[in-house]
Amino acid sequence: MTAITHHVPDALLAAYATGNLPEAYALVVAAHISLCLECRAAYEAHQVGGGAVLETVGAEAVSEDLKSNVLDLLDAPYRPQPTYPRAGVYPGPVMEALKGKPPSWKSVGLGVRQSILSSGRDGSVRLLYIPPGQAMPDHSHNGLELTLVLQGSFSDSTGQFGVGDLEVADHDLEHTPTADPGAPCICLAATDAPLRFRSLVPRLLQPLFRI
Amino acid sequence: MTQPPPQVSAQTTWMLAVRDQRDRDAFAALFDHFAPRLKGFIMRSGTGSGQAEEIVQEVMLTVWRKAGQFDPARAQVSAWVYQIARNRQIDVIRKENRPLPEELGEAPEAEPDASQVLALEQEAAQLQQALARLKPDQREIIERAYLGELTHQEISTQTGLPLGTIKSRIRLGLERLRHELKELR
Repeated sequence: MTAITHHVPDALLAAYATGNLPEAYALVVAAHISLCLECRAAYEAHQVGGGAVLETVGAEAVSEDLKSNVLDLLDAPYRPQPTYPRAGVYPGPVMEALKGKPPSWKSVGLGVRQSILSSGRDGSVRLLYIPPGQAMPDHSHNGLELTLVLQGSFSDSTGQFGVGDLEVADHDLEHTPTADPGAPCICLAATDAPLRFRSLVPRLLQPLFRI
Repeated sequence: MTQPPPQVSAQTTWMLAVRDQRDRDAFAALFDHFAPRLKGFIMRSGTGSGQAEEIVQEVMLTVWRKAGQFDPARAQVSAWVYQIARNRQIDVIRKENRPLPEELGEAPEAEPDASQVLALEQEAAQLQQALARLKPDQREIIERAYLGELTHQEISTQTGLPLGTIKSRIRLGLERLRHELKELR
């Protein structure tokens, strides 16, 4: 595996570590940290800041019986949260979003497929499958777009992105990511708004495919 | 005069006793320290006293149940507890499931490197002092960020805390762990 060269910018990492990111973006950042030791270290460092705030923000007395209630519950049976290990190219957080099942791919034309993981008011996140040499439909976006490569690689005007690399694009960037030759490119992509496609047909299809 | 060797903090000692011996007295000491702070922290975002205590209860139970994942070479106890508290708050208040990175897979080292643990604690103490020295309005911004009250755009304009040396300390701990994982395979 080649080294990761495109990381999570620090402000975005801070927003994730402090729980300020909408769920769609948080999933992409969590998936990148799962693959990247450097960003994991930065993420854990931001938690130290959280610890400092917790220590200094001011205490409130708790009810008298809270402690005995908690101590009584230490041995009580409980159902642990299910954990989803990495499967193939999909990191644990992606497997969790897929509820442990393989992606259900839907064709969006030109050989490109997508599998929507979640779509809501605060953004959407999907897996994209792009055949080698295929360009993503020409598009620009309304807001922040995060794209994490899980298999293969793609290139656009800003550079080349391989497995584990994260591209951060905002509304100023008009770009045409193209999958490099070799294996099909699989990406995890989050946006805070539906993508606006430039050519007419994809625009008509947008409501249909929720892209 | 000889200085006594520096010691790890009481909180880390309690946490390791909980992790390794399932020590209930040590857990009670952690509760006495963290429960009121957690309640104050949670109420700062406008949560009422009753719901805040429900969250405190869940956080402290998670501290007991997930103690096996605590690694003092990578996290200070308060940082680890902070993370659990924010996860719980997001689950309860936003009714979202917060996506979290994969766990590293193997248990932390049984005998942590004391110098690494101490160094991390010292960095964390310096960070806490740096936070205390900030002007009130600057400190307020940092607190609001860590309470989850700022957008990503607002965070990108704030002056950050000095996390550089802490990052490299934690990276050291992670690299040592990764090296050990390779040896196990």
